[in-house]
Amino acid sequence: MHIHLLDQYHTGRSSVHRLDARVKLLLTLAFILVTSLTPAGAWLAYLGLTLLALGVILAAGLPPLLVQRRALVALPFALAALTVLFTTEGRPLFTLSLGAWHLTASQPGLIRFLSILLKSWLSVQGAILLAATTPFPTLVVAMRALRLPRLLVSIIAFMGRYLFVLADEALRLHRAREARSAVIGPGSGGSITWRARVTGGMVGNLFLRSVERSERIYNAMLARGYRGELRTLSPPRLRPADGVLGLLFVALLALIALLGW
Amino acid sequence: MEYAIELENVRFAYHDGRPALRGVNLRIAPGEKVALVGPNGAGKSTLLLHLNGILAGQGRVRILGQEVNGANLGWIRAQVGLVFQDPDDQLFSPTVFEDVAFGPLHMGLPEAEVRERVAWALAQVGMDVFADRISHHLSQGEKKRVAIATVLAMKPEVLALDEPTAGLDPRARRGLLRLLARLPQTMLVATHDMRLVAELFPRTVVLDAGQVVADGPTGHLLADEALLEAHGLESPYLSPERREVLLKMS
Repeated sequence: MHIHLLDQYHTGRSSVHRLDARVKLLLTLAFILVTSLTPAGAWLAYLGLTLLALGVILAAGLPPLLVQRRALVALPFALAALTVLFTTEGRPLFTLSLGAWHLTASQPGLIRFLSILLKSWLSVQGAILLAATTPFPTLVVAMRALRLPRLLVSIIAFMGRYLFVLADEALRLHRAREARSAVIGPGSGGSITWRARVTGGMVGNLFLRSVERSERIYNAMLARGYRGELRTLSPPRLRPADGVLGLLFVALLALIALLGW
Repeated sequence: MEYAIELENVRFAYHDGRPALRGVNLRIAPGEKVALVGPNGAGKSTLLLHLNGILAGQGRVRILGQEVNGANLGWIRAQVGLVFQDPDDQLFSPTVFEDVAFGPLHMGLPEAEVRERVAWALAQVGMDVFADRISHHLSQGEKKRVAIATVLAMKPEVLALDEPTAGLDPRARRGLLRLLARLPQTMLVATHDMRLVAELFPRTVVLDAGQVVADGPTGHLLADEALLEAHGLESPYLSPERREVLLKMS
């Protein structure tokens, strides 16, 4: 039984798919960098970035709503910036009273907070685009080619390989628990502390198993001659088309950046 | 009469569209012990997962007369004890005791009764001294027995086991056989172990490509060489020619 974890990669033959993975990786990083550094409240720049992302989504043949919706996964994390709403100096907008505390939201604070939300959303869209148009193994080869540290690349490669295995295992543990979660009367179900403890135990269990599995995998690698370095084939040569598209994208980004500042 | 397990035209397809069960009809009376055999990928595990509502497709599944649907899963899971193929999937608690106690605790039974049931279930499988051990440091055979104990502690009416003897050495296998022979529950056991089928189950159901291709007395089915061959099975008996060759070798 396999968990239906949506595989991030969407097969396709668009120009975006065929663009060299190294170029794509660097462009994604540039996009995220420009997005992060754009000042708060630069709405035209944000519009430009959104349109740029949308353009790439359409060029890649991906359903735009799918990518944009998936990027919303960043929002709960961006909520950590909620404090910005209340700590920025400026024209007060509304006040929240929590017991003895009075929190005053300011207009600059609101602008900053909304900017952070938008920027997170845009950055994650960039990452999703990269994952959707580049098969994971190709990405790993590209990372190595860009001189990312060997150890880091190995860790990322194994994570990609075994994430699904772990997810499957977690699903089966969950099923086993469901199968023994019988309800025969009003007293059934157990207290929330007990249920939380069982879940904690399951997570610990999964962790222990992963560690033991990693030992077995390591032995298998040793048995096939592994001596500390994950060797990969070299990536194909860079084509002129890759260079052109890359420069075009960078030019557009620069334009948008100028707009922002 | 009320059947213990009743499957009526059960169909199921996976997320990617692959059909797993294509109209399965099966009726098992209370107390009956039935073997479910078939090649890998026939849908045996999928079928078992329908019995306690973990998977649900089209068609009807009834346990002890009650239809399995979203509303009564809590009750169904107290009646159907499902033992998975890989005991590691079944044992998710830190210690053996906690694993066996999970079912009764979830049902809300008083602590004294929970302890009693755990002791009884572990004694039934011969693992009473293992109560404080860490679940996943046990041997395969021990894990399988604990997995069965986790389900017995809930005192279900129906037992569904997925490949109970897979990976067991002959001694552990015989122990399991004796245990299963003792238990009074209705049983549906998916297995490749044809000797187990011959020794324990008066009735055998053959599943292939999501459909029931044969359902009848075990002796009958095991004598049908063509049927066994066609559905990836084999006879538990040595052919007379092979026996002669073996004897000549010594």
